[in-house]
Amino acid sequence: MVHNRPSKTLVSAGVLVYLFLYIPLAVVVIFSFNDSKLNAEWVGFTWKWYEKLIHNENILRAAGNSLIIAIISAAMATVLGTLAGLAIHRGRQKWLPALVLGPIAMPDILIGVSLLLMFILLNVSLGSVSIILAHVSFCIGFVALAVQSRLAGMDQSLIEAARDLGASPWQSFRLISLPLLMPGIIAGALMAFTLSIDDFVITFFTAGVGSSTLPLEIYSMVKIAVTPEVNAVSTLLMLVTLTLITVLSKISPTVLRQ
Amino acid sequence: MLEINAVSRSFGDFVALDNVSLHIQAGEFFTLLGPSGCGKTTLLRLIAGFDQADSGQILLDGKSLCALPPELRPVHTVFQSYALFPHMTVAENIAFPLRMAKMSKSEIAHRVAEVLDDVRLPDKANHCPDALSGGQKQRIAIARALVNRPRLLLLDEPLSALDAKLREQMQIELINLQKEVGITFVYVTHDQGEALALSHRIAVMNKGEISQIDEPSVLYSYPDNRFVADFIGQCNILDAKVVSSDAQKVSIAVAGLGELTATANPEITFNSGDSCALTLRPEKIRLAATLEAGSDEVLFSGKVHDMLYLGDVTVYIIELANGVLIEAMLANDAPGRTRLFDTGDAVQIAWRIDAGHLVP
Repeated sequence: MVHNRPSKTLVSAGVLVYLFLYIPLAVVVIFSFNDSKLNAEWVGFTWKWYEKLIHNENILRAAGNSLIIAIISAAMATVLGTLAGLAIHRGRQKWLPALVLGPIAMPDILIGVSLLLMFILLNVSLGSVSIILAHVSFCIGFVALAVQSRLAGMDQSLIEAARDLGASPWQSFRLISLPLLMPGIIAGALMAFTLSIDDFVITFFTAGVGSSTLPLEIYSMVKIAVTPEVNAVSTLLMLVTLTLITVLSKISPTVLRQ
Repeated sequence: MLEINAVSRSFGDFVALDNVSLHIQAGEFFTLLGPSGCGKTTLLRLIAGFDQADSGQILLDGKSLCALPPELRPVHTVFQSYALFPHMTVAENIAFPLRMAKMSKSEIAHRVAEVLDDVRLPDKANHCPDALSGGQKQRIAIARALVNRPRLLLLDEPLSALDAKLREQMQIELINLQKEVGITFVYVTHDQGEALALSHRIAVMNKGEISQIDEPSVLYSYPDNRFVADFIGQCNILDAKVVSSDAQKVSIAVAGLGELTATANPEITFNSGDSCALTLRPEKIRLAATLEAGSDEVLFSGKVHDMLYLGDVTVYIIELANGVLIEAMLANDAPGRTRLFDTGDAVQIAWRIDAGHLVP
């Protein structure tokens, strides 16, 4: 066997790209432990910014909001997205895939503005409810995609075999389809959760004045200066997202690859 | 027991089944044989209930199946892909139809153990299907389909994914299993050898229609038409015209060979001037360097045009004087001798007039 080795220029170009991507993230993490108010030079190690964080009521409230919104909208998007994925796979309506997957391709700013207009038109007061509705609407497509790709890889004769052996349509769904789709559904749910918890643009338009989420709170803190506190909260957010992505890749490598 | 009456099914412009009728007896091993696209799998899916006929009736024990969904038909299927549930163990797979039939836990355990013994895999109960070999998966799929004793077992090319050696072994197992359980088998295959080996009766299908239904030996020796003659086994098919005919013998003119006598299917009348074909199995042709023709034989001279050494036999393609090619087969039974003739050798061939079978 002859292995094609990538050329040295290609390797160094790759290294540069990844340094460009990850050094800023590393800087944020490192300076969240820096014993100085300025993000300029390393002074010494400290936990104090994290301590300050736990006592910052605004951030805690925003984080709590974010978590509740992410859980509820991920749950709703998972149910609806799974149903949408099943319907797309059945393939009776040609326009359905475009309709469900459309929001994935749509610019966030457009979704944000149009949802804001709709909420105003329908007299929906802006707050947690409007944010959840908005998040569900753009998460459904991702869940549907994860479920549908799982369905496409499933042997169709399994369902026929279940029916053949005496299972009603509902039994064959519950006992055969659902367990086999579970990795896709969980992957979709985790994707919806991460998308919801760190969404900024769409949330910005649909949040109104009273309620705030973590990304919105961070943005308002950064307006003044990037404080070590922002570094700390960003580090925590990064940790949550990374954990979920790791779980996701363990559950369903195929879904993540798409 | 199973009656298919005038069933038709089309997919868009494609006619998959065209007015098909057949009757299957209780306890029979019945095979639907044909090339891909002939409609055999479509017919199987109609019997199983995965698809609906456009017209016609399917009756099981005199009752129409058409309005019943697959789960309410006393018919089980063994799928080409096995379709074992990957998230269940072997025992759970086999228990599935019993669970659906709401059988008691102890009865289920008893039946599963029994059927695992029948297919000689009692120690695989707690394995995952993915951990089994192809032949083992096949046996589990059959066990699962048989465990709650259906009236009818449908098998859709169940052996096509196995290698040749294992396939032969599974064929013998299938024959024995069918005898043992006494359940009617409807078997779909495109492999004519498999169909001949397994079946009590075979329906040969072509382009959505049934070409012939008969026992294997009848199909092989007395095909009703060119398609069956050509599809089952090797066969010389010579275009001819009827010169004259009486009750037993038909006189025909074969291009390049002149006037010959042949026996015809008594159910078909041949009138002089009709086009027909003489079908002749390679193993029924005598072949030697020089031959003396018997009184009931026809004899031709030619030379070896091509040959295929197959180990037990050699197939010789003989070119006759007018360029007609005839395939003959000789056993290589002399020890140490691989073949009798070489390409280019002058040979003579002969066959009894009742060896050739005339079809329209």
